[in-house]
Amino acid sequence: MLTGIRKLSAAMALLLCCLTAQADELHLAVASNFSAPARSLAAAFERHSGHRTVISSGSTGKLYAQIVNGAPYDIFLAADSRRPALLEAGGRTVPGSRRTYALGRLAVWSREPGYVPATGMPAATSFGRLAIANPELAPYGDAAREVLQNLGLWKQLQGKIVRGESIGQTYQFIASGNARLGFIARSQLPQQQGSAWLVPEQLHTPIQQQLVMLTDSAAARAFLHYLQQADARRLIRQSGYNPAANDHAQLR
Amino acid sequence: MLNSADLQALAITLQLAALSTAVLLVLGTPLAWWLARTRSHWKPAIDALVALPLVLPPTVLGFYLLIAMGPDGPLGAFMTAIGGQPLAFSFAGLVIGSVIYSLPFVVQPLQDAFSRMGQGPLDAAATLGAGRMDRWLSVVLPLARPGYITAGVLGFAHTLGEFGVVLMIGGNIPGSTRVLSVAIYDHVETLEYGRAHLLSGVLLLLSFALLLAVYRANRRFRMMRP
Repeated sequence: MLTGIRKLSAAMALLLCCLTAQADELHLAVASNFSAPARSLAAAFERHSGHRTVISSGSTGKLYAQIVNGAPYDIFLAADSRRPALLEAGGRTVPGSRRTYALGRLAVWSREPGYVPATGMPAATSFGRLAIANPELAPYGDAAREVLQNLGLWKQLQGKIVRGESIGQTYQFIASGNARLGFIARSQLPQQQGSAWLVPEQLHTPIQQQLVMLTDSAAARAFLHYLQQADARRLIRQSGYNPAANDHAQLR
Repeated sequence: MLNSADLQALAITLQLAALSTAVLLVLGTPLAWWLARTRSHWKPAIDALVALPLVLPPTVLGFYLLIAMGPDGPLGAFMTAIGGQPLAFSFAGLVIGSVIYSLPFVVQPLQDAFSRMGQGPLDAAATLGAGRMDRWLSVVLPLARPGYITAGVLGFAHTLGEFGVVLMIGGNIPGSTRVLSVAIYDHVETLEYGRAHLLSGVLLLLSFALLLAVYRANRRFRMMRP
């Protein structure tokens, strides 16, 4: 019995020391909508710099709560500017590190080819359900609400709107055919499938996806620097985002 | 205190749990009876199917349900064929989801109760000239009473806490599919921790009170078989 406990505690000690040995890796907390481009960016960054990265993705609200409760992330790439600003105000970030890394774009998508016109919303009488991300939770939902308000459709469509908890779930509602159409992130738009309207920028406030540094390290600074390089910006654009204007002061 | 939106979520949750439990007790009785009596070689497979919601992540159930309720899925096609409304994002859809989600919590206690009573009392009643219906009402039901209490309360309590399935097929519509757990999730996500605490407390106390009721009413209650 005793030897069993000793063996177990030895194993635990070994496990703990292996876990802490990885602590010098760069740990990125990434909003779900950006997790695919973040993986490509991180892979390219690893090749360039030799630093190793680990990515945890989740909703911006959940990641925020984890960070406030001490989660060991080095950089937080959020889906909005609100949570990074809150962290900054709470003194949990490296001062001056908050910046916009990508501007999100919206698309109205249906899996049915030829249904959504390339120029705007189809007639409201033609669909039963319109999926958007929950405007209270997700920046893309907030922007979708703004578009519908600007088109004068928000009140009229109330009975038809279903809310996904994230932009990922919203996509699922449409992809499974349960909602005939909905607002998704342009980065989610499937190649050559169904029909879509790329929502013009002037119909909603830009979706500013911001990042903050949570710990100060050479690896974290190198990653922020990498995000401003031409190939990183190209990758961000190819993923369906507009790269942020490159006017941020360099971190000193 | 709870505001009107939270009270509405609480009301929807209680309605969903009550209706799902009622459906489950009706559908679960013949199923549990058959499982308790049968010597069919299908029994292990049906037992396993009934127990599946115990081990499957609710997201998996919700994902399959979402696909099944879509226009290409069997449930969706069926609803279209009979001219009904689509099930996804509706209260009726949530009831179907909850019935599947809580199935083992109702069927297994009933099955236990039915197998424990054995064939003896039924045979005795038959010898005394009791008809089929009479045997059910005056022998089976009283003997299985603890099983019914356990099944009803567990089914109800388990549905109260349902989250993953509702999140997948509910669409978060206030007054129709926005249940307590989803409201709590929204509060946490929007950093309204105070309201999240309040609602979580309500759910915790309610669940504890229900389980306490089961354990008090039925001291011999055994945990579910896997």
